[in-house]
Amino acid sequence: MTTAVEGSPHRADGGRSELLGLAALLGAGLLLAAVGARWISGPLVPLALALVLAAVVAVIWTAVAGSPESKRRIAPYGLLKPGMLWLALFYLAPLITLLRSSLSTRPSRFAVDFTFDWNLGNYTTAFTDFAPQFGRAFLYAGSATVLTILIGFPLAYVIAFRGGRFKTLLLGLVVIPFFTSYLIRTIAWRSLLADTGQVVQLFDTLRISGILETVGVMDNGRVLNTPAAVIGGLTYNFLPFMILPIYVSLEKVDPRLVDAAQDLYSTAFQSFRKVVVPLALPGVFAGTLLTFIPAAGDFVNALYLGSPNTTMIGNSIQDQFLVQSNVPLASAMSFVLMLIITVFVFVYSRFFGTEDLT
Amino acid sequence: MSAPTTTRGKVARWALNVYAALGLAYLFVPIAWIVMFSFNEPRGNYNIVWQRFTLDNWRDPFSDEGLTDAFVRSLQIAAISTSVAVVLGSMIAIGLARYSFRGSGPLNFLLVLPLTTPEIVIGSSLAALFLDWDVTRGFTTVVIAHIMFQVSFVALTVRARVRGFDWTLEQAAQDLGATPFRTFWTVTFPLILPGILAAALLSFALSIDDFIITLFNAGSLSTFPIYIDGSFRVRFPPQVNVLATTILVFSVAMMAIGLLWGLRDRRRNR
Repeated sequence: MTTAVEGSPHRADGGRSELLGLAALLGAGLLLAAVGARWISGPLVPLALALVLAAVVAVIWTAVAGSPESKRRIAPYGLLKPGMLWLALFYLAPLITLLRSSLSTRPSRFAVDFTFDWNLGNYTTAFTDFAPQFGRAFLYAGSATVLTILIGFPLAYVIAFRGGRFKTLLLGLVVIPFFTSYLIRTIAWRSLLADTGQVVQLFDTLRISGILETVGVMDNGRVLNTPAAVIGGLTYNFLPFMILPIYVSLEKVDPRLVDAAQDLYSTAFQSFRKVVVPLALPGVFAGTLLTFIPAAGDFVNALYLGSPNTTMIGNSIQDQFLVQSNVPLASAMSFVLMLIITVFVFVYSRFFGTEDLT
Repeated sequence: MSAPTTTRGKVARWALNVYAALGLAYLFVPIAWIVMFSFNEPRGNYNIVWQRFTLDNWRDPFSDEGLTDAFVRSLQIAAISTSVAVVLGSMIAIGLARYSFRGSGPLNFLLVLPLTTPEIVIGSSLAALFLDWDVTRGFTTVVIAHIMFQVSFVALTVRARVRGFDWTLEQAAQDLGATPFRTFWTVTFPLILPGILAAALLSFALSIDDFIITLFNAGSLSTFPIYIDGSFRVRFPPQVNVLATTILVFSVAMMAIGLLWGLRDRRRNR
């Protein structure tokens, strides 16, 4: 993945400055995260910040005054440092703070402030009172992911293998919906799916409302406010995230492999299943993560396309945090959501394995 | 791949093409709605029922003051956060792609994490951090939040673009006596600039569009999506469609320019 172009392995010399760079980067990052999350407090804070500053100065000093070899060794750490420190302070530290506020107690139902006291009650509430929302979040996100594969795979396949000169143009078309606001697109669906909207009219004209009622897409002549509408919105909004990685995988497939399979008397379906699909799996894997993860935490689709009976965990977190001001409970739900998704990613990558998520 | 010869093969091929075309059309259904309703004469407060064609909305796209303010604020936020994130993210990308060094594995992992964490977790955790710090949430906190997810995004996009970069060019420049600084500005930077610009454009769009993370960290600040969401309970003016269409046309134009630029470069290098 990363290659030193100068090539020759000179691990022996310059090793010290490389260690200094790594230690400075990790040390500064951890210290900054600890200060941000208030693990370090009081008079220790200036000391910790001074250490962070010293680490930065040390790297700059080596980069300016060191020998050419140590300059080269320290360069990557210097380049990485500002961005990584930003992530330490505004990504890692908040997660620690989130964990702590999820273990806090509000003195009364109407209090805004809360104190940290290892209160596990928020987690109990999250699991007992909000189990349906968790369930729906994963059910809807899972269904939407399957649908994006069903729609996205053939589309990516056609672009990659039959796009010809128009490949770039077709890919551009897939990306264009990204450039209109996510929220406005969802509102557009709300209007299209409404009782007097074009979609219901289309279903009536085609006389397929009856079938759709049986399948569960429509409910008493309505599409809006059904689970199907929420799943449809999620499918729509995350479809490009499925198409693009699958396309990237398929594009690398040598069409001659398929020819070879057919020369060896495989049918079109066999060559597709045994040659194309395995080679496209990394793309499906990446696409699944890029679709399922944001869909599971989404609340916009359920808010605009669903009803109170189709709320997802994102709606509950948003409501508890911003409307009810119950930050500890919202934090607990947020943390559980992250844990479940992390476990899912680990298990999933065990089964499908991938070299690189990007 | 060889073209199918049997009738069944031809029908299957045709069916797949139609299916893919329908999929592509599906992506454009709401886009068409948004563009179409920017030309609608609204009835009442909600521009969601088709009345008749009019150009009035385009004649004064800024007539809705609250919406215009929110839109300008979103552009400001995106401009500030993108400029910071592009510098930080490109530095990371060059550091990761240019050198192999100890610890690059875990650092790569940390970089991917913000993009694989649900937005609601990022938004709520940052809001919890600002609450803990007693910082009033507003413009600055939104910019900080946007820089956070943009840095990851820029770093990964630029890294993907510079992966195939021929770093020996740098060595050649230095062999010819260029200082490292000069080498960077005259050799490396121009070559990776297209990748950086593409990443900047996309992360600018991410910033304008972001709703979930922004909502948690905006306090009483109103950005473009937050204003639309907040006022949807009472109204949905056609200017929303006009501004959304403008962003769309502008982005497509930028993308087309980028593509043509790329094509021209490829032809010249041939």
